[in-house]
Amino acid sequence: MQRELTLTLEAIDEAAWLARRAMTRETGAAVYFSGVVRATEGGEAIAAIEYEAFERMARHQIELVFQRVEERWPVQSVRVAHRLGRVGAGETALWVEVIAPHRQEAFAACQFLIDEMKRMVPIWKKAMAH
Amino acid sequence: MVGTMQIRVYFFSRGRDLAGCAEAVESMPPGSCVEDLLEQLFRRFPNLAELRTSLRVAVGLDYRHGDWLLRDGDEVSILPPTQGG
Repeated sequence: MQRELTLTLEAIDEAAWLARRAMTRETGAAVYFSGVVRATEGGEAIAAIEYEAFERMARHQIELVFQRVEERWPVQSVRVAHRLGRVGAGETALWVEVIAPHRQEAFAACQFLIDEMKRMVPIWKKAMAH
Repeated sequence: MVGTMQIRVYFFSRGRDLAGCAEAVESMPPGSCVEDLLEQLFRRFPNLAELRTSLRVAVGLDYRHGDWLLRDGDEVSILPPTQGG
């Protein structure tokens, strides 16, 4: 399984990521997820979310999640980009691509990957008021 | 003190706010486990008890349970509930 992970302070250029999509003759499904910063948090308007990571551990834990994806589904490629630092409302904080032979495994693996990231990866967020 | 272990502790996010610092060095007797360290931290940083039931602990880069035995020089991270994505 191909793996790519980026933790970045810069905006996630989704078009650029998409342009580097790598498929094979066996690819039948590419599933995408964009996690976007909502403009409200608990009913209050916010300007941004500040993401903080224990970066070395975050990379290690995401690799462990990738391994578990690979063990469970015949996924060909996983690419993940996660923003750190200040991310404005409406901006993408998390971008995920899962490429697999069939849609069932691509959807399942993508859902699993995101759920496990939220559970296992040491990243925290703080809402920033206007 | 001869015979004690030096454990470097890192705090993040809400845990750093509650502890009032990003890191600390704790001296522990040999044979101490993660739970022993936490009790020592709760005594030294009482506000940290807010996270008592929700925090997780990493030794190095891996999550460890309370009964995990610490070794001299270990780096221990106190992790509030994660919120990525």
